[in-house]
Amino acid sequence: MTPLLEARAISKHFGGVQALTDVSLTINAGEIYGLIGPNGAGKTTFFNVLTGLYPRDGGEVHFNGAPLPLGSPHAVTQAGVARTFQNIRLFANMTALENVMVGRHSRSRIGVAGAVLRSRGQREEEHDIRRRANELLHYVGIADRHNTLARNLPYGDQRRLEIARALATEPRLLALDEPAAGMNATETTALKTLIEGIRADGTTVLLIEHDVKLVMGLCDRVAVLDYGAKIAEDVPAVVKANPKVIEAYLGA
Amino acid sequence: MSEKRKAFLGTALIGLALALLPLVVGSALGNTWVRVLDYALLYIMLALGLNIVVGFAGLLDLGYIAFYAVGAYLYALLASPHFGIHWPVWAILPLGALVAGLFGVLLGAPTLRLRGDYLAIVTLGFGEIIRIFLNNLNQPVNITNGPKGIARIDPISIGGQPLSQSIEVFGFTLPGVTLYYYLFVVLAMVIVVIGIRLQDSRIGRAWVAIREDEVAAKACGIDTRNVKLLAFAMGASFGGIAGGLFAGFQGFVSPESFGLLESVMVLCMVVLGGMGNIAGVILGGLLLTVLPEVFRYGAAPVQQALFGKVVLDPESLRMLLFGLALILVMIYRPAGLWPEARHRRELSGK
Repeated sequence: MTPLLEARAISKHFGGVQALTDVSLTINAGEIYGLIGPNGAGKTTFFNVLTGLYPRDGGEVHFNGAPLPLGSPHAVTQAGVARTFQNIRLFANMTALENVMVGRHSRSRIGVAGAVLRSRGQREEEHDIRRRANELLHYVGIADRHNTLARNLPYGDQRRLEIARALATEPRLLALDEPAAGMNATETTALKTLIEGIRADGTTVLLIEHDVKLVMGLCDRVAVLDYGAKIAEDVPAVVKANPKVIEAYLGA
Repeated sequence: MSEKRKAFLGTALIGLALALLPLVVGSALGNTWVRVLDYALLYIMLALGLNIVVGFAGLLDLGYIAFYAVGAYLYALLASPHFGIHWPVWAILPLGALVAGLFGVLLGAPTLRLRGDYLAIVTLGFGEIIRIFLNNLNQPVNITNGPKGIARIDPISIGGQPLSQSIEVFGFTLPGVTLYYYLFVVLAMVIVVIGIRLQDSRIGRAWVAIREDEVAAKACGIDTRNVKLLAFAMGASFGGIAGGLFAGFQGFVSPESFGLLESVMVLCMVVLGGMGNIAGVILGGLLLTVLPEVFRYGAAPVQQALFGKVVLDPESLRMLLFGLALILVMIYRPAGLWPEARHRRELSGK
């Protein structure tokens, strides 16, 4: 097992609240890694530090053999970490297809001159962007909605579109922030199949989830956060039996 | 192939209509109205530039006229007896676009973290700073000639022919305003094409993505700092070109022409026409330049016919009607007269 991402002693506080205390974890290439914890445990904060949205107070992240540029979100994406958001953040007034096309931004080159002159290179690149975006819509199963404005999509499709947009950036690691939130049982099952497919196609997955059943059924390894500190990290069966985890979830 | 032929035919028809327009307007209504068309084209160029910043990238800029001022003063300084420099127009306009673009970056850089009302306030201040500079840079060294402005600016001349003088073509006299019209219409078309092509590129999509959700745009790998600065620079350079044309056309510039009201006017064109939609913005620019003139010239005769006397002074009535029109549009068509329709474009099967 080769580690794809190593987070070392990540700390973050908001004013007097210590949101993360020396959180270290290792995600191996090709696995589905779950991050769980009670409300307010610091899962999303960890996510936001990891993807460069929040400046960190301490610690560092190594990704794919190099330090991850935590200061800037777009550089993190370019390095190969893509994410979705807990409260879906799509480009509401763009079509589904355009949303995914935006995801290709960092994997395409053409600048103002190319766009204005509509050079051969620009037309070819634009064609590739469009083709790849259509493929991804197909991949997540919403190809028939490509002309629908993102804000008019049903909730489940919005989640899928966000995943397609993240995949468009060609990530090595796909980080999903509560993708099953608000989904019914059928939708959750379909999502599980999609995530397993993404891993089978070679993308490592980091999953934050409230739905413990989904996490335990899907993940290879799981870390548990409580009050901003990691209290367990192992395969689901071991984590489930850990008394600290049980205490965190059920209360003392 | 027939699609291509249709597009070609459409372009040819629009071109023909635009070519004939000043001749028809000039002979039917007089050259005053051709001059109105000239100004309409300048405002359309301005509105298209502001549309990149406000319409595409969603950055509310209330000081946009400053870039128009930069372009206009650059032309005035480089082609007038003020410094005794007389550069040709083809050298000044690209330089004007470049310098205005740099000013765009200068405004954009400190405001990268600002949005909405806060950005509006800072840009408003920026616009005023430029105007006040122009007003006061007549000492200790006289650069801008202060509030008196710069007069006797060289008219734009192309191929040795000053556009301010009429020429004879096939026994037909083309007055100066018509010559300017042709120059402006060609440049406006160039700006329209640039705008459309940028909109349909990865850069245009990145601008709209920032407008829709900046955090998500970053997460998509967009360097929002550079892309925003690019929007400011592109928008400003269009303003700089329009400003240069304005100075050569009018022959005189002074700080008065670049007040806050002008910025607001251009913003109105963008908002009223339909933010983010190039065709809508052109419509907005045209209506807001032509309608006030129609009110100005039409108000008195209409009142004469209705009441037998002029009840309301045309000058004040004009602004009253103008304000009323703005309010009505904002109530009944809040997205503008011709709003952006991305999905319609996508449905056309491209």
